[in-house]
Amino acid sequence: MADTTAGKSESTNINLLKVLGPVHVWALGVGIVLVGEFMGWNYGVGKGGAFGALIAAWVIGLLYTCVAMIDSEVTSTVAAAGGQYAQAKHTIGPLMAFNVGLYLVLAYTMLEAADVQVVGQLIQIGIGRVDPEGAAALGAEWWWSFTVLSLMFLAWLNYRGVLMTLTVNFIITAAAFMSIIVLFFGVQGWNPEAQLLHEGLLTDLPYGWLGVIASLHFGIWYYLGIEGTCQAAEEVRSPGRALPLGTMTGIITLLIAAALTWYIVCGMLPWEYVGWDLELAPLYDAAKITGSPFLETVLFVGTLFSAIASANGCINDAARAWFSMGRDRYLPAWFSAVHPRYRTPFRSIIFLIPVAAVFALKVPLAQIITFSILSGLLNYTFMPINVWKFRKMWPLGSIRRGYEHPFHPIPAIVLMILCVTTFFAVYLGYGRQLLAMMAFYIIISVWFSFRRYQFVRRADQFTMNWPRPKGY
Amino acid sequence: MNIWQMLEWAAWAISGLMFAWMVIDAWRVGQQFDEETLLSSREGVDDLFGDQNKGA
Repeated sequence: MADTTAGKSESTNINLLKVLGPVHVWALGVGIVLVGEFMGWNYGVGKGGAFGALIAAWVIGLLYTCVAMIDSEVTSTVAAAGGQYAQAKHTIGPLMAFNVGLYLVLAYTMLEAADVQVVGQLIQIGIGRVDPEGAAALGAEWWWSFTVLSLMFLAWLNYRGVLMTLTVNFIITAAAFMSIIVLFFGVQGWNPEAQLLHEGLLTDLPYGWLGVIASLHFGIWYYLGIEGTCQAAEEVRSPGRALPLGTMTGIITLLIAAALTWYIVCGMLPWEYVGWDLELAPLYDAAKITGSPFLETVLFVGTLFSAIASANGCINDAARAWFSMGRDRYLPAWFSAVHPRYRTPFRSIIFLIPVAAVFALKVPLAQIITFSILSGLLNYTFMPINVWKFRKMWPLGSIRRGYEHPFHPIPAIVLMILCVTTFFAVYLGYGRQLLAMMAFYIIISVWFSFRRYQFVRRADQFTMNWPRPKGY
Repeated sequence: MNIWQMLEWAAWAISGLMFAWMVIDAWRVGQQFDEETLLSSREGVDDLFGDQNKGA
C-alpha cells in the first residue's frame, strides 16, 4: 500500500518539499531549545541551590539523552511530519496518537508564545539600557508591538518555505551558541583566579534533597524541544540518516551548552540572585557584571537570537503536528492543505498565529512555559511505551533502521523512571496546573473517542512499507 | 512622540501588513486551486535513506 501511495504522490499530489539536510535538523532541534540556556533554568537554582541545579542539569540531561536515542531510532523508520504523533499512530493506536498530537501542538505553541513574549520584553530592556529617558516615556505594554512583530515575521517566514526558515534558524542558533563560548573565553573560564569565584559562591544544598528534586522541573529548560527534530521528517532528503545525525549532534551541543552555562553563571553570581533573577536572563547578567560592553552586547544579541530561533522552530513544529492530524482527519481536513507554491502547511501556520498571540500577550511567562513543559513531559512518558512496542512488533533486522539505540530496554526504563520523578517535581510547584492539564487531556480524549473518531481515515493510518508486525 | 513610540507604530503596521498578506494569499490559493488538490498530500516516505538521489 505504501508503494502505491508514494507513486501516486510523486505524479499528482502536492507534498511538503524534501529539501532539508542534517544541518537543518540540528538547527531545528537546538534552535528550539537553546533559549533555555539563556533563561529559565536558573529558577532551579532557587529551588535546590547551585549544586541542585547542576544535579538537575545532569539528571534531566540523562532523560533527554534517552529521548534523543529512542526518538532517533523510531523516527529514522517512521519518517513522517507529525513526528511522535505518526509514531504513536503506527505502534499504539488512534487515541494515543490523538493525545500525542495535542501534546506536541500545545508544547510548541506555548513555547512559541513564551519566546515571542521574551523577544518583546528583551527589546524593551535593551531600549532601557540605550535610552533610559526615552524608555521611561513608553507604556508598560510597549513590548507588545515587538512581540507581535516577531511572531508575524517568523510566521511569514515559515509560510514562505521551510528551507529559508531553517537556514535562518541555523545561522541565528549558531550565533547564539557562539555567544556562550565567547563569554566563556571572555571570563577566562579555565582560570579559577580570573573572574569566576566558584570557591566562594558555591554552597551546600540549601533545601536538601527535596530542593534538588524540585529543581528537576526547571532542569527541563536546558533541553525542552530537542525531540522537535522529528517534525522535519517529511521534508528531509534522507530522513533515515539526517534525523538521527541531527538529533544526536543536537543533544551533544545542548549538553555542552548546559554545562558551560551553569559553570559561568554560578561562578559569577550568588545562588540567591540567580534563583530569582528579575532581569530575565542570567547569562546576560553574568556578561554585564564583567564590565565589558563587548561581552554585554554579544550576550544581549545571543539571548535575543536564541528566543527568535526557538519561536521560529516552534512555529514550524506546531504547524506540522496540526497539519498531520488534519491529514488523517483527527482534525478537520481543511488544516492539511499544502501551499502549491511554497509547499508549506499554510493554513495550519495561519491558524496557530492568533492562539500564540493571545497567550504571549495575556498570560505570564511562568504559566505559559509550565503548560509547555507539562505537555512535553506527557510526550516523553509516551516514548518508553512506544519504543517497547516498536522493538517487540518489529525486532532488529525486521525493518531497515537509520539508527539502533544501544542497551534496549535500559534507556526506556530510565526514561520512564525519570519522567515519573519529574512529574512529582512539577507537582511540588505547579500541582494545580498539572491536574488541570491531566483533566483537559482526559476530557478531550472522551470527545475524540465518541465524536471525532468517526471521521478518522482508518484505512490510511498505516503508511510505512513494513512487513506484518510480529505476533499479528 | 519619541523615536521608540514611532517604532512601536511601525511594528504594529508591519505586523498587520504581514498578517494581511498571509491571509490574502491563502484566500487566493483557495480560489485558484480546488480543495482536492490542496489536500492531496499523502504520508509515507518511500526513500528513507536517499537512495534515489544517489541513483541506486
